[in-house]
Amino acid sequence: MRNLLVLATLAALPLGAAAQDTAVARSLAATCANCHGTNGNSATKEVPSLAGMPRDHIEGQLRAFRAGTKPATVMHQLSKGYTDQQIAAIAAYFSAQKRATP
Amino acid sequence: MNRRELLKLAGAAAALSTAGCAMTGGSRGRVVVVGGGFGGATVAKYIRMWDPAIEVTLVERNAEFISCPTSNLVIGGHWTMDHITRPYSGLARHGVKVVRDEVTGIDAAKRTVTLASGSRLPYDRLVVSPGVDFMFAELPNYQNAMRANKVLHAWKAGEQTVQLRRQLEAMRDGGVYVLSVPLAPYRCPPGPYERACQVASYFKKAKPRSKILIVDANPDVTSKGPLFKRAWSELYPGMIEFRGNARAVDVDDRTMTVKLEVEDVKGDVLNVVPPHRAGDIAVKAGVVTHNNRWCAVDWRTMESTAVPNVHVLGDATLSAPMMPKSGHMANNHGKVCAAAIVALLNGRAPDPNPVMTNTCYSFVSDSEVIHVASVHQWSDTDKAVVPVKGSGGVSAARSHQEAVYAWSWAQNIWADMLT
Repeated sequence: MRNLLVLATLAALPLGAAAQDTAVARSLAATCANCHGTNGNSATKEVPSLAGMPRDHIEGQLRAFRAGTKPATVMHQLSKGYTDQQIAAIAAYFSAQKRATP
Repeated sequence: MNRRELLKLAGAAAALSTAGCAMTGGSRGRVVVVGGGFGGATVAKYIRMWDPAIEVTLVERNAEFISCPTSNLVIGGHWTMDHITRPYSGLARHGVKVVRDEVTGIDAAKRTVTLASGSRLPYDRLVVSPGVDFMFAELPNYQNAMRANKVLHAWKAGEQTVQLRRQLEAMRDGGVYVLSVPLAPYRCPPGPYERACQVASYFKKAKPRSKILIVDANPDVTSKGPLFKRAWSELYPGMIEFRGNARAVDVDDRTMTVKLEVEDVKGDVLNVVPPHRAGDIAVKAGVVTHNNRWCAVDWRTMESTAVPNVHVLGDATLSAPMMPKSGHMANNHGKVCAAAIVALLNGRAPDPNPVMTNTCYSFVSDSEVIHVASVHQWSDTDKAVVPVKGSGGVSAARSHQEAVYAWSWAQNIWADMLT
């Protein structure tokens, strides 16, 4: 019975693939929220909100931090912890978030 | 992740999705969170944000959240308790039910939590985020001395933070402040050295003939060593003395002495931080697995390796390699746990590759800050989240710019967990 359940779940997994991708992207973006605010809406002016920023801009900035071409205090160290694919997912997620009105 | 593990995760998802069918009231499941610190408040908010069909109850004994990170600024006299205190009321906006109570019992077989008020909370998933409690027995006279207000830890922000500040204010100029650091692992690795900086910044201004003696059970400064030592020598020359391999074994409140393994040291203010273990709630939940101290978890779900359906967050966990016990880390534990619980209660397999970060700022004066940062990704070899090679690091030098970021970090992480 347990094996049947496992098989049934595995069979159902491809149907949930889109939900899975969304969940992975929002979890990745959530690792930025400590400094940039929940869903990229920063509570301060000093650290920028990422919500609603153009996708290419976020991706470009993260890649520049990672390459060391954009000076930073900490972002050059953090950006090196993510793969190209993860950076793309983070950029796509934040660009789709609504900017909160202050 | 290999096929067997994937099957195991999928099996857990399947078992839960069938359990979900039996549930009534339109709820996808009930989650009880015990402890509203950086881990617990975060997991409660994020579960509701990511799936409003899951009922979440947060049990917390304190009326308000008081932050340990930045509490050293209160001890230094630069901030007040108001700066580091936030209400729990913002969680209601997300539909988290906050119950101010104390947990008296956890029945993992029946999946219920009993509260001091007598009520009983049933759960599908329990999250315990108990923080740390102290191993007072390691220093036999400690509790007597603490009750007499002659020794403080001030390692949980709150009443002792205020008391330590008062003792420093009452101390004579020319007095000695002794700070005793336990063997790692302990909460907030750079915390003691930041505290020494904060006390020094106060002494420099108000009591310039005073001294700070750090007696550390570890061989050397455990975090940001070169940056702290540079701050000590450049900002507070001659004021701070550091002694490594100096483990405290007891305190004598009559003679105001900290007894070390090798010698005794005397002081006017004794700030002795005892060794820690997972908080009492972890013991009640039966999730303590290592040396009667820490709780091993599956880093993909934060589920206890000892008790099914019980997740453990924050400082109470048996740390993964190179993972600090920090508020930022606990917040990230909370998010990985929230994602896993949402997936499981929706019949999906949890994300097999969780990512966590840590950024830890330390104020070396009222206006200059240093950091350490890391990114941790799942490793099949280590069966844990481990630092990504080439990522992370520390500040190039202390700066005013990072003080602005540190202040902003505090505002954002408190908002991220509580509003």
